[in-house]
Amino acid sequence: MYDSGKIIAGLLIFVALVTFPFYFNVGKVIAKPETKIDTPEIQKLPEHERKCVESKEFMRPGHMQLLNNWRDSVVRNGDRIYLNSTGKDFDISLQNTCMKCHSNKKNFCDKCHNYMGVKPYCWDCHIAPKENET
Amino acid sequence: MKILFSFFTVVFLVLLVFAGATTGNKYVLFLFGVIIPYAAFATFLLGFIYRVVQWGRSPVPFRIPTTCGQQQSFPWIKQNKIENPSTTMGVIVRMALEVFLFRSLFRNLKTELRDGPKLSYGSDKWLWLAGLAFHWSFLIILIRHYRFFIGEVPSVIHLIESLDSFLQVGVPLVYITDAVILAAVTFLFLRRVYIPQVNYISLAADYFPLFLILGIAISGVLMRYFIKVHIVGVKELAMGLISLNFMAPAKNLQEIGVIFYIHLFLISVLFAYFPFSKLMHMGGVFLSPTRNLSNNSRMVRHINPWNYPVHVHTYEEYEEDFRDKMKAAGLPVEKE
Ligand code: HEC
Ligand code: HEC
Ligand code: HEC
Repeated sequence: MYDSGKIIAGLLIFVALVTFPFYFNVGKVIAKPETKIDTPEIQKLPEHERKCVESKEFMRPGHMQLLNNWRDSVVRNGDRIYLNSTGKDFDISLQNTCMKCHSNKKNFCDKCHNYMGVKPYCWDCHIAPKENET
Repeated sequence: MKILFSFFTVVFLVLLVFAGATTGNKYVLFLFGVIIPYAAFATFLLGFIYRVVQWGRSPVPFRIPTTCGQQQSFPWIKQNKIENPSTTMGVIVRMALEVFLFRSLFRNLKTELRDGPKLSYGSDKWLWLAGLAFHWSFLIILIRHYRFFIGEVPSVIHLIESLDSFLQVGVPLVYITDAVILAAVTFLFLRRVYIPQVNYISLAADYFPLFLILGIAISGVLMRYFIKVHIVGVKELAMGLISLNFMAPAKNLQEIGVIFYIHLFLISVLFAYFPFSKLMHMGGVFLSPTRNLSNNSRMVRHINPWNYPVHVHTYEEYEEDFRDKMKAAGLPVEKE
């Protein structure tokens, strides 16, 4: 091979960049997010009614879209009631509905969001529930 | 024909993975979620290295940079140190401009035969602009994806992400690069369709990567903004793959969502196809002798490495052999 010094150096840089995730996390323990739904408000509900606004299968991937629709519904249409797919209605509010049940933001919303590296900017304005540091 | 062939190849790939993933069979999902990505990555890495080593084996004995500036000459003639570099530093600057800003593409011209008939040349920056927009968006998107592969996402990635979404449109926030890459790839495709000269020289090998990348971008955009998937499951799978510990997340493959497998499979195809394709220009740009050599032909003697020793018979030796006969014939000789 000609100019092998330079070419091998280049290839080493390439391999180091491409395989970066493989060695970067070695030795670090990355816990899967364990969300807790043991808040007082949820505990108050009877066992069979411990459900979210929509089904878990819908909420898990789709809660941000639901929140976006809620926001549009209130801010644009002034409509503050949400009728879910089972016909139950909820007051549309991030702070007073979602966060009333999920008052453990640190052990719920933040668990997933930190794991995924998302930082919703909602809390720049909306007030997060008061929690004890855990 | 070439367009349709490439297009339907990508459609076929999408249908294939769609059919596989909708079965929800855990072995099929394991194939698309674990085995194919590993195989594709290995092909990419080894194939890339193989291609570069193959290139490295071709000798480049002489300096053949394509230059467009005054070369180094007398001290009172101003040299263009970047366009016609004579030092390694100059080459590095020239390469950096090429790699980061596509400097040579900036000189792209269009040629037209006008009434007269007159041949006219005009500047044509659209290809340069779309190429730049495409490559930079792709790079930023790639870097953003590192959040799926790193346990504690570093702040650089958060910074890039927040700059990319600073318009704060919708939830999830719209990324500017998502829109830019779709527009740029569409432009790069339409250009091949509508410019007759470019159309004439375009091959299936040009259209296929474009459709493939378009497919990847569209499936990604659909997944982020429209057809939601279980993203936490995706990250668990990604972390499992890179820590070679894929059995645990493999239990939850059914929960993720079909569109994710389409996205992942198209990416796997892109990775596996990479070393065999024109996409190798990613490595090739660094090995282009017309770019990466300094123009020092007039300062340094470059010896062809495959020169073998040629047996020469000099005049002195010739005269030595035939001196007597030459003298006898009355020919002048140099040495008596
Ligand atoms: C710039 C400050 C600001 C930011 C950032 C912000 N909001 Fe709001 N939001 C408001 C204001 C003001 C209202 C109107 C409150 C009202 O009329 O009751 C509102 C109303 C809402 C409502 C309906 C009413 C209620 O009480 O909850 C929802 C739902 C909502 N926002 C969700 C979000 C989400 C989700 C985000 C993050 C993606 C977000 N907001 C970010 C200021 C903000
Ligand atoms: C009536 C109380 C209640 C309200 C109001 C509520 N949730 Fe829930 N939420 C729950 C319960 C209970 C679960 C667990 C459901 C299950 O396990 O089936 C849950 C589950 C979820 C999950 C899935 C968690 C996981 O681990 O998969 C998300 C995400 C979520 N909620 C977000 C929200 C958001 C966003 C809002 C506001 C729009 C909201 N919730 C409003 C009670 C509530
Ligand atoms: C099951 C894990 C999980 C839980 C619990 C959860 N989220 Fe999320 N959230 C996500 C994921 C995943 C995303 C999207 C990340 C992405 O796009 O990569 C997200 C995104 C969001 C976004 C959009 C942010 C953006 O900038 O794109 C908002 C707003 C949001 N979540 C609000 C909430 C609130 C409020 C709660 C608590 C009531 C909550 N989430 C609980 C997983 C979760």
